[in-house]
Amino acid sequence: MRYEAPERVETAVSLLSGERGLARILAGGTDLLVQLKSGMVEPDLIVDIKKIPEMRRIGAENGGFRIGAAVPSAELSEHPGIRALWPGVVEAAGLIGSTQIQGRATIVGNLCNASPAADSVPAMIVAGAIATVAGPQGRRELPVEAIAAGPGQTSLAKGELVISIFLPGRPPRSGDAYLRFIPRTEMDIAVVGVGVSLTLGEDGLCTAARVALGAVAVRALLVDEAADALIGTAVDEAALERLAAAASAACRPIDDKRGTKEFRIKVAGVLARRAAETALERARRN
Amino acid sequence: MAGHHVSTTINGDAFEFVCEPDETLLDVLRDRLSLTGSKEGCGTGDCGACSVILDGRLVCSCLVLGAEAEGRTIATIEGMADGDRLHPLQRKFLEHAALQCGICTPGILVAAKALLEKHPDPSETEIRYWLAGNLCRCTGYDKIVRAVLDAAAEIREGRDAA
Repeated sequence: MRYEAPERVETAVSLLSGERGLARILAGGTDLLVQLKSGMVEPDLIVDIKKIPEMRRIGAENGGFRIGAAVPSAELSEHPGIRALWPGVVEAAGLIGSTQIQGRATIVGNLCNASPAADSVPAMIVAGAIATVAGPQGRRELPVEAIAAGPGQTSLAKGELVISIFLPGRPPRSGDAYLRFIPRTEMDIAVVGVGVSLTLGEDGLCTAARVALGAVAVRALLVDEAADALIGTAVDEAALERLAAAASAACRPIDDKRGTKEFRIKVAGVLARRAAETALERARRN
Repeated sequence: MAGHHVSTTINGDAFEFVCEPDETLLDVLRDRLSLTGSKEGCGTGDCGACSVILDGRLVCSCLVLGAEAEGRTIATIEGMADGDRLHPLQRKFLEHAALQCGICTPGILVAAKALLEKHPDPSETEIRYWLAGNLCRCTGYDKIVRAVLDAAAEIREGRDAA
């Protein structure tokens, strides 16, 4: 196994695309080093991206923020601008692992590890986050929901890597939230995760909404029917009930040790409703 | 396998070592540099016994490659006491009997120190959440939490007096 720590994106791309064996990208390493230790992957090349300056930055851009692929979650939690603009993304990223894990783990790693239960992914999807991908053909942008293809699988081609996530600006009276169910209070993997983002008009009616579910399908789902249940309403009791029903109806979960299908379907509706209530409260304050 | 030549700073001192590309920072600390205070509990980032501070961030050294230490600054448990003078956290851990077998203790002390540097006046809840990644099979955590609260109070008083 070779270890390389390039200082430019282009060098990382040529290392990754030129490797004939198995290559892995090292950002926070909180998934990769566990996989190495267990022998789950045996890469020929590891490309550490933390020496690339643009990967380490959080920058303000067009009313939103660009977050480099090597920025640890702890840095997001400390960033007042991102906390104020997208509290749901920060709270989702902040749920991943311990303080020690937060010091290393990145949201891009969470995205590209492609676990269906990744906490930050539904929150990023409802934020309309855009991933910038660098590869042998240059750079391209795609919505975060297009990255994961299935458990542990991404849609990225050989030599490609996500170099940053853009969280866009948002209109006034907007709020987002992420909630997950776990059987304890801390340090666990989501049985169900739900992100909700919504915007209210001056009349208090919902003008835009996005709802995403985690851990209930092979990858996080953006559920238009659930968002449609909120748009045009005052996010009242009837709308919340329709939202819960649409969220539950979209689930395609498996039975496993964390929860049964039936439980996940039920809880997705409950959490969608609660996340929407928190997002609504936040929107009314903005 | 090609060895990596790494220059790094540990507890304020310059260190140089050669390591394999798949060797963890924890392995380097313990097996190459004889800094055996950091312990291997799980080796997968779940238990926190190998906690160190890397460029100001609390991390599990079992989830860091040794090669990543190049040009960075690391603080381990060995740098916590000032010669024979224990850090207030270490003293309070003794006073409160906040350890039994001691395997988790270095990691918990390093983690608690990182907490107090960021939040000098943490609540009990904040301490419990901050230390959720440090597992202890012996104490039941209460004595650890009390020791951290007491050390935080003493450090704050010391600052106020100064």
